Amino acid sequence: MPILTADMSAGTLVAWKKKAGDMVKRGDIIAEVETDKGLIDVEVFASGTIERILVEPGATVPTGAVLAIIREEAAGPAAAPLAPSGPPPVSPRVRAAAAPAVPVSPTAPGRARISPLARKLAAELGIDLATLQGTGPGGVIRREDIERAAAARAEGPRKEPRLALDRSARLRQTIGAAMARSKREIPHYYLGTTIDMQRALGWLAEENARRPVADRLLYGVLLIKAVALALHETPELNSVWRGAEAVPGPGIHVGVAISLRGGGLVAPALHDTDRQSFGDLMRSFVDLVRRARSGGLRSSELSDPTITVTSLGEQGVESVFGIIYPPQVAIVGFGKIVERPWSVDGQIVSRPVITATLSADHRVSDGHRGGLFLAAVERLLQEPARL
Amino acid sequence: MSRDEIRTVVLRALGEIAPEADLASLAPDIGLRDQLDLDSMDILNFVVGLHAALGVEIPESDYPKLATLDGCVDYLAAARR
Repeated sequence: MPILTADMSAGTLVAWKKKAGDMVKRGDIIAEVETDKGLIDVEVFASGTIERILVEPGATVPTGAVLAIIREEAAGPAAAPLAPSGPPPVSPRVRAAAAPAVPVSPTAPGRARISPLARKLAAELGIDLATLQGTGPGGVIRREDIERAAAARAEGPRKEPRLALDRSARLRQTIGAAMARSKREIPHYYLGTTIDMQRALGWLAEENARRPVADRLLYGVLLIKAVALALHETPELNSVWRGAEAVPGPGIHVGVAISLRGGGLVAPALHDTDRQSFGDLMRSFVDLVRRARSGGLRSSELSDPTITVTSLGEQGVESVFGIIYPPQVAIVGFGKIVERPWSVDGQIVSRPVITATLSADHRVSDGHRGGLFLAAVERLLQEPARL
Repeated sequence: MSRDEIRTVVLRALGEIAPEADLASLAPDIGLRDQLDLDSMDILNFVVGLHAALGVEIPESDYPKLATLDGCVDYLAAARR
């Protein structure tokens, strides 16, 4: 069961999209999981054949629990035959479809990577290590993994578990838990700057005038792209906090905060934000918003963001100082574009301006670096054609 | 196409972007953004939907004319003449 949201402890497997014996390739959707953020399509992170399905639809299992066994392609026909019962085979070529948020290195056959303390705790609590996937470095099973599994088990199996509960209330609980954890654990610092948007909006108006209706761009895409490119200059803001250190993001996957009809929000990733053209980015953005609001987000979109962008400008807010979404280490906020007096070459003129803010984790960066980041965002927005 | 038919097309396009909305109770002269809590992505999708249904190319500079239900009907009826 992948960890799809901060503080997610369990998920309900709603349906399998594949069956035992099916070939799958990396990125295929293999299951549908119910979480506090709605129904999520779980992608597989290895290519091969589904050897065995271990969790039946309707079951709620803790994060890290193995959902299925996949025999990787490289194993070939000489791979070990399926075991009809007993513990699932574990080898470097057989992977569990679970926990894509955390890279897991191959495990020695028959022996889980686990700290002595966690192993002792698992024995005391009667937790089967074969059902867990560690969230520690290299997939090591940690004390927290044991405790989470025990807590999920204590809640007991539920045939129709949380599906019947009010999703809106659960989403509010999830957001509250993540934000409380963030405020409790992350030493935030806050910076803000005002950016002249005249050039960006002028360029956008010209660009949209020549684009077909369906290909028009929103100014939000320029902001997102500018943030993504500015991260090249301050890469420490594009990382996640694991244990006691910041781990650089595997790419620049900007999470975009999307408000949901009926309340709540999600912040799924626009993958490889820095490398997409405006047209591609806009199409991805439209598709992401549609799926966020109607269902069908992919597991990687929830687990992969390395920084979040939030904009409340449409609600008339001029500045927003966000709360970092763990395990990320920064969030960028944009307010409403407003006309303000602006000094240009000694003359006071009216200009459309926007307030950009940065909330960042002081364990990972200092205000100096955060200031450089915002300066880069501002500079990039002055040359929109080069974004 | 009559104004009523255009109104039906507009309501259908709004239903696509705000499926939870009670469109029957929509006030025709009050802003759609406020009534339906629409954002710029919704507006873009609305314009795309109108274009697909009616073939009307709506420039960005005309978006303010689509602010209300009545405004939409007036604008689209004129654009189709």
